[in-house]
Amino acid sequence: MKMTPRVAKLRDQSRNAIPSISSERAELLTEFHRQNQDKALSVPMRRALAFQYLLEHKTIVINEGELIVGEKGPAPKASPTYPELCTHTLDDLNILDEREKVPFRVSDEVRQTYAETLIPFWEGKSMREAIFERMTPEWKEAYAAGVFTEFMEQRSPGHTVLDDKIYHKGMLDFKDDIQRSLDALDYENDPDTHAKDEELKAMAVTADALIRFGERHAEKARELAKAAPTEKRRAELERIAEVCSHVPAHPPRNTWEALQYYWFVHLGVTTELNPWDAFCPGHLDQHLLPFYEGDLADGTLTSQSAEELLQCLWVKFDNQPAPPKVGVTAQESSTYTDFVQINIGGVKADGTDAINPLSYMMLDVIETMHQVQPNPSVQLSEKNPEAFAKRVAEVVREGMGKPDIFNSELVVEEMLRVGKSLADARGGGTSGCVETGAFGKEAYILTGYFNMPKVLEITLHNGFDPRTGKQLGPRTGDPRDFANFEELFAAYEKQLNYFIDLKIEGNSAIEGLYAERLPALFLSLLTDDCVATGRDYHEGGARYDSSYIQGVGLGTMADALTALKVHVFESPTVETPRRGVSTRRGVSTAMGDLLSALEEDFAGRERLRQLLLNRTPKYGNDDDTADEVMVRVFEAYFDAIDGRPNTRGGAYRVNLLPTTCHIYFGSVIGATPDGRRAGMPVSEGVSPVQGADRHGPTAVLRSVAKMDQVRTGGTLLNQKFTPQVLESSSNLDKLVNLIRAYFRMGGHHIQFNVVDAATLRAAQANPDQYRDLIVRVAGYSDYFCDLTEALQDEIITRTEHEGV
Amino acid sequence: MPQFPNFPTYQPPIFDIKRFSLHDGPGIRTTVFLKGCPLSCAWCHNPESQKSTPELIFRAERCLGCGACVDACPEEAITMAEGRSVTAWARCTHCGECAQVCYPGAREMACQEMTVEEVLEIVERDRPFYEESGGGVTFSGGEPLAHPDFLEAALVACREAGLHTALDTSGHAPWEVIDRIRPHVDLFLYDVKLLDDAQHQNDTGVSNRLLLANLQKLAELGHNIHVRTPLVPGINVTPAQIQALGKFVAQLPGVSRLDVLPYHEMAAEKYRRLGRDYPLHGLQSPDEETVQKTARTLREFGLEVHVGG
Repeated sequence: MKMTPRVAKLRDQSRNAIPSISSERAELLTEFHRQNQDKALSVPMRRALAFQYLLEHKTIVINEGELIVGEKGPAPKASPTYPELCTHTLDDLNILDEREKVPFRVSDEVRQTYAETLIPFWEGKSMREAIFERMTPEWKEAYAAGVFTEFMEQRSPGHTVLDDKIYHKGMLDFKDDIQRSLDALDYENDPDTHAKDEELKAMAVTADALIRFGERHAEKARELAKAAPTEKRRAELERIAEVCSHVPAHPPRNTWEALQYYWFVHLGVTTELNPWDAFCPGHLDQHLLPFYEGDLADGTLTSQSAEELLQCLWVKFDNQPAPPKVGVTAQESSTYTDFVQINIGGVKADGTDAINPLSYMMLDVIETMHQVQPNPSVQLSEKNPEAFAKRVAEVVREGMGKPDIFNSELVVEEMLRVGKSLADARGGGTSGCVETGAFGKEAYILTGYFNMPKVLEITLHNGFDPRTGKQLGPRTGDPRDFANFEELFAAYEKQLNYFIDLKIEGNSAIEGLYAERLPALFLSLLTDDCVATGRDYHEGGARYDSSYIQGVGLGTMADALTALKVHVFESPTVETPRRGVSTRRGVSTAMGDLLSALEEDFAGRERLRQLLLNRTPKYGNDDDTADEVMVRVFEAYFDAIDGRPNTRGGAYRVNLLPTTCHIYFGSVIGATPDGRRAGMPVSEGVSPVQGADRHGPTAVLRSVAKMDQVRTGGTLLNQKFTPQVLESSSNLDKLVNLIRAYFRMGGHHIQFNVVDAATLRAAQANPDQYRDLIVRVAGYSDYFCDLTEALQDEIITRTEHEGV
Repeated sequence: MPQFPNFPTYQPPIFDIKRFSLHDGPGIRTTVFLKGCPLSCAWCHNPESQKSTPELIFRAERCLGCGACVDACPEEAITMAEGRSVTAWARCTHCGECAQVCYPGAREMACQEMTVEEVLEIVERDRPFYEESGGGVTFSGGEPLAHPDFLEAALVACREAGLHTALDTSGHAPWEVIDRIRPHVDLFLYDVKLLDDAQHQNDTGVSNRLLLANLQKLAELGHNIHVRTPLVPGINVTPAQIQALGKFVAQLPGVSRLDVLPYHEMAAEKYRRLGRDYPLHGLQSPDEETVQKTARTLREFGLEVHVGG
């Protein structure tokens, strides 16, 4: 179905809205703390009352023509800030305002408010400052060197997804649950009773706050109805008022109320804090189905009007850019996308095929709306019909790189491996980029990216970092003294374990700070079993608690280590700079020669670089020599992390995804033994090094599938096709076959860029003509013209698989 | 892996093995290209497939100008000019010494001699994709029938491995050869270029009588056949040729599928890399309207016509 005129207008309004910084939330929060600083309130209660204050006083927005209402800021794309987490400096505001890509406009008033009120009040109080104060000098040096990033220094732990609970429970029902937990507290025997009591009462405050927030929208709708320009709009506004005074207090009765309720919850979670990846509705096609069927049966909705409501919700997501960053991240962050993932398809809790008419309708909405946000994904199960898979392939061919496609069976198996129940695993899925989680029951926190090739560079310098000039890691030996590949690999593993330890030590301190200072009461209300246990989401209240460290540069690692293995240890050769005579030398000489070439960034050593690039087995070509090294790199990473305890009673897990961090990570590493020049991006996700895969997609998939992905919490694989490859209907079938075969081999995720390089170059040269060109970046899609040149170049370089 | 005592050491020249091949038969396939062809079609888009001997390919844009090849060449056929190596093709014996030392891959040999086992090892790798898509392996060329011993052994091995087999052929081989091969082929992709024999001789170097007779026999024996025809403007895109083609294919018993493959000039660069002149220099691809019109005409004969295969 095409967009209705209403939706077309709303979408234009969203697309044309200029992202800006709104200081409203920060001001209200400051006001609240000023008024209440002398009161003896527990931390949870203070946070809950602050949440209530925000929802009681923030501007209520109902845009013209809207059916689903509510904004995070005072207008579409007016983005709130979170000074209790990270307070923007005036420099930050200037960078955000002036940066070429993805700017946020900052008005003079906002600057003045920051200078006069917000910065003075929050200085020394923000989470970010507390975190950096708590970190050790070793942690700080490794962080500054780019060994790892830290996720929680300016956004709160998140990547969290809702299950079906709001569709049969209103906020009043949640309050009843809280009361039951309060009644069950054992004041005599449980020493934590006081803390639980406060936590539960604070959760109840947030439930009331959301009800009031809904009521305020109802009031606003009634007020607007009085002055409505048309009778039709007046009726719509009256309906909005009715919807908003029923939900979120009570369970929804129809599709409209269900969508509006979700949206209020979404705004609640993202107003309370700024969790990573905002918040996600999970299996929306499954959750909405009973309402949709009921509405069709009693004639209150047609499939067209249901689709229009979905389109309206789609626009709401697009109105909310990702929270504006501070510090160096403000300079480098290259997206407005907030990674809201909507799961389509998969299986039901009983394991049967979950495809329903809404699954198809959502695919239509993706195609029609052609938006960067939200980020829909398909959970493709063996049980889903081929007709559905083919419809997915058709949407992929449209060239937006949407939707991502996940292996439903593997996602479930990943969760079973770590002890989640079958029902919880099936009710789970993926969110963010590619992360696996049990929806509504898990806090699965991504803690930061980890730069594996940087650790190799440090290993090749005996623990020293040539860029920062510091001894960052332990002394694991001069590589010229390594007699064989095993000694080199053992040294790498020592360095790896050292930096992982450092990262986990830091994470523990940070997790503790969140539990202590920034409990998330509203998010806890929505996450089982926080209400039942009286414990916060940040302190282990969720049924499942996972922490992730996301490995980056797997392909670069595989190729670099393979090059060392082949050209240094197996047939140690030294290439003369010009002519083709290579001489066999000792291992130590060969290692020394390679290291000095890396130091010089291959200056004058182009023949050596070409040898490394073209006469070395490369990951991504179904070549067992390189692929076995990849598997070893993965296993070492897995062993360093998997199963280690976090502070919330859960465990660490690995996943392999980069978002755009492979560019930053590449920028802090010198030349690498795979022939990569200094500063160039490292490989992304589990994809081969850009341009190194030369035997087509089946070879790539075979290589990648050699990793036991079921032991990860997500891997990201990017494949690019030119549109010609998918032109005919039979070739669309073959795309489906390709995906199905990869999943049979144990692949977790695959995404496609369907564009040709010429189009991308043209877009780079004439951005104005290609403004709506959407490409896959990593775990998400973005407007190509909004990307930095480096990122654009990289996307162009990614191998095209010409199926000619 | 079945053993082949009759041909244990025969290694035919293979110039490419292409995985994820989408246009050489049903499903996702691996296409094995054998080198050497008795025909010499002017429009051939795989000029490196024509000779059965190893050949040097030169990609100037990859040349670093390091000069390693100059030292390596035993014929002194390579010199440096403007920072790039230049080959005196007349002196080149295609020995491959320069390709050995050329790391950037500006100089590469189009040919690898492989055993049946080696070919099978590669073909086997994409089995999950064949199973998912109903694909398999296609032998193409060159003219695969020019290597009957290897072809028979490879086809038998593929069949025994449970793989679907296709043969992309011009059919220009003695019937005895085809008769030996045919029991092991699930699908023939059979090229028919021109019905007019005089013109066929002129443009491909051989008469079409043998290959048309072979096609007729295969059809009468009930084999699964897709006829394929390149559409080359000025050569066979004429009303008379198209009518003759339609009529001929339509009368073949059990054959209904005809793939028309519009000519493209992409191959010109390949000729340059082999140090050869491109015989059809400047010839344009047929326009979309011509292609569609031709397809329509052919459909009037009751044929299932696919553009592009």
